Amino acid sequence: MKEEIIIAGFGGQGVLSLGKILAYSGIMQDQEVTWMPSYGPEMRGGTANVTVILSDDQISSPIINSYDTAIILNQQSLDKFEKHVKPGGTLLYDPNGIINPPTRKDINIFQIEGTEEAGKMGNAKIFNMIIMGAFLKIKPIVQLENVKKGLEKSIPERYHNLIPLNIEAIQRGMSAVKEVQKV
Amino acid sequence: MGELRLMKGNEVIAEAAIRCGCDGYFGYPITPQSEVMETLMARKPWEETGMVVVQAESEVAAINMVYGGAGCGKKVMTSSSSPGISLKQEGITYIAGAELPCLVVNVVRGGPGLGTIQPAQSDYFQAVKGGGHGDYKLIVLAPNSVQEMNDFVDLGFELAFKYLNPVMILSDGIIGQMMEKVELSDIKPRMTDEYIAKNHGSWATTGKPGSRNRNIITSLELDSAKQEKFNHKLQAKYAKIQEDEVRFDTYKAEDADYLIVAYGSSSRISKKAVELARAKGIKVGLIRPITLFPFPVKELNGFAKKVKGMLTVEMSAGQMIEDVKLAVECSIPVEHFGRYGGMIPSPDEIVAALEQKIIGG
Amino acid sequence: MDVKDIIKEENLVYKKSAIITDNTMHYCPGCTHGTVHKVVAEVIEEMGIQDKTIGVSPVGCSVLAYNYLDIDWQQAAHGRAPAVATAINRLYPEKYVFAYQGDGDLASIGCAEIIHACNRGENITVIFINNAIYGMTGGQMAPTTLEGMKTATTPYGRDVKLAGYPLKITELIAQLPGTCLVTRESAESAVAVRKLKKMIRKAFENTGKKKGTSFIEVVSTCNSGWKLSPVESNTWMKENMFPFYPLGTMKDI
Repeated sequence: MKEEIIIAGFGGQGVLSLGKILAYSGIMQDQEVTWMPSYGPEMRGGTANVTVILSDDQISSPIINSYDTAIILNQQSLDKFEKHVKPGGTLLYDPNGIINPPTRKDINIFQIEGTEEAGKMGNAKIFNMIIMGAFLKIKPIVQLENVKKGLEKSIPERYHNLIPLNIEAIQRGMSAVKEVQKV
Repeated sequence: MGELRLMKGNEVIAEAAIRCGCDGYFGYPITPQSEVMETLMARKPWEETGMVVVQAESEVAAINMVYGGAGCGKKVMTSSSSPGISLKQEGITYIAGAELPCLVVNVVRGGPGLGTIQPAQSDYFQAVKGGGHGDYKLIVLAPNSVQEMNDFVDLGFELAFKYLNPVMILSDGIIGQMMEKVELSDIKPRMTDEYIAKNHGSWATTGKPGSRNRNIITSLELDSAKQEKFNHKLQAKYAKIQEDEVRFDTYKAEDADYLIVAYGSSSRISKKAVELARAKGIKVGLIRPITLFPFPVKELNGFAKKVKGMLTVEMSAGQMIEDVKLAVECSIPVEHFGRYGGMIPSPDEIVAALEQKIIGG
Repeated sequence: MDVKDIIKEENLVYKKSAIITDNTMHYCPGCTHGTVHKVVAEVIEEMGIQDKTIGVSPVGCSVLAYNYLDIDWQQAAHGRAPAVATAINRLYPEKYVFAYQGDGDLASIGCAEIIHACNRGENITVIFINNAIYGMTGGQMAPTTLEGMKTATTPYGRDVKLAGYPLKITELIAQLPGTCLVTRESAESAVAVRKLKKMIRKAFENTGKKKGTSFIEVVSTCNSGWKLSPVESNTWMKENMFPFYPLGTMKDI
């Protein structure tokens, strides 16, 4: 197994921490992982993205220009990364704020109403875990029990009381994800 | 097995410093390495091991604090990124001239000048050819993973004290900012004052007891004949380091027709390029210098007899290529492929460059 | 009565401090450095702290101070002595660390280092020799060179329009909360030397009590750089330096 993922959206959407929890979950499942963020001023309220690779074998380059999966959380990121999904790969996006939806015919496309679902749960901060759930439903590369362990490792201990809420959000994402196009 | 964590390269430098018994860190914030001092300040090692952490007023002050700490026989270090490392050059040459052990971490960003905060490898010349004034050399270690960021802190101090010479970890914004799985080292206690007096008492300023002559840390020698003699001693030390401390790594090099030569993060991207090229039927391998000084001269020269050409891949306009050409004595074609100014080469670009510049050329 | 009858222990009225080595000093006759070295050595000897004292010498005439005082020394890059001393103090908090600097070293190239070390209140002593000129490099203008004063780089006298004003760095240092003792002394007479010694002793005692930074300026002569005899230099200092750099303690807490 090797999964090369780009997660991209606005700063503040929890893009980097989603990547970190995913990577930590991979470690809990004995996988090799890399987490490579964009960094610098572009993150100040602008776009943020992180490349996460999970693999059973050693990972060569942490920097890649085509992805098995693109998790896209705003229009700019869709414009930037849609073309870099490998043919036959997967694009998962939140339609909130998307004016020009994806157009490629050679990739699998899924939607997750993350913003809306987070609103229903009354907590905008668990938005990224809803996205995580949607991704894991499509690509069950990490078991939920290891995601839980990953959460325990990535979240400071004083917030561990929030882990059940995060798991609930993941489960919500799993059930709310919609298939748009399958190749 | 040590503790497994998911950490940034920069965070690991801090954690490894605490765990290897470092006595003091002196730094100044600069992107993309600020997490080193931030991690240390959050960890408060002075409560745990007694390690001192000081945010200095400048990179210049920080490296001179390193000089002062190293002169005390203590394990001390600093970290910075390219523009800050330029400011530290004065202190680094004094440290080399006074034959003091220390660790300097450079998380390289693109230049020249203020340049960019994105990753680059354009400080190779500065790191391996001196950087500051005078005939001196640093031992330069080039990690290509977060794990090696951990491992090279301890290794760096070991070499620094073995040769009484400054050691540089030449990293870059990719390795510094990337998170990977890392197995942290076990905690080593700091050197006791008794240990320092016993093992470094012949040179370190620990306060002069009646039982020994005073120790003087200096790089000044006004008598040219003596200064030349001292330089001979330094050169002999560097020759010994060249003989004994070369470290390198290869990947699919044994049966290769062509070799990519790359260090640090470029070597990771090049490894992917090797996989892609092999899938296309091109027999290419990778040699990765781990020590940039001492450079794997003999090893590259040996490979030159087996392969048809070499491509150096660097995030610079071509710096290490000069050492590769010297190593192979221009017996085979050596070409350079680089992206720079903060741009990162892609594996596809590397394969294309290999096909155009080496195989087609 | 021959010489052997005179050189006897009971006739001894003055003795070189055991901390002063037998090396011949390279300082010019009449230079203030020798006197200040002597005073520092006496204080170290009298306090019995030879094994606990680490000196940091600058770049300038006193770069070779390590040849004259029998203690451990570090020789710092130009202006960086306070940074070097900072690290020694942090790593050996029980030691007595002092930086010995001239005016070019401390008040020009090392301005940032001295201000910040004092502002952090590093537990060190700083001895600042102000002779208003760069001695070692051959008499160029220093930040403390007086207005109108002729030097190798101000051959027509220091013109403040071109070169700015003489810097009263000690007054600046006195404003910093990290300092516990800031004083301006001289070594122009036996009385002044006794006062200087008292202040240096106090500074070292402050270090022992971990009170912060003690800063002692010594208004000094440079007869070679000033192109005057030692006696003329002393007079010139009193007439020209003292009015601009008035002696006295600015802070003692």
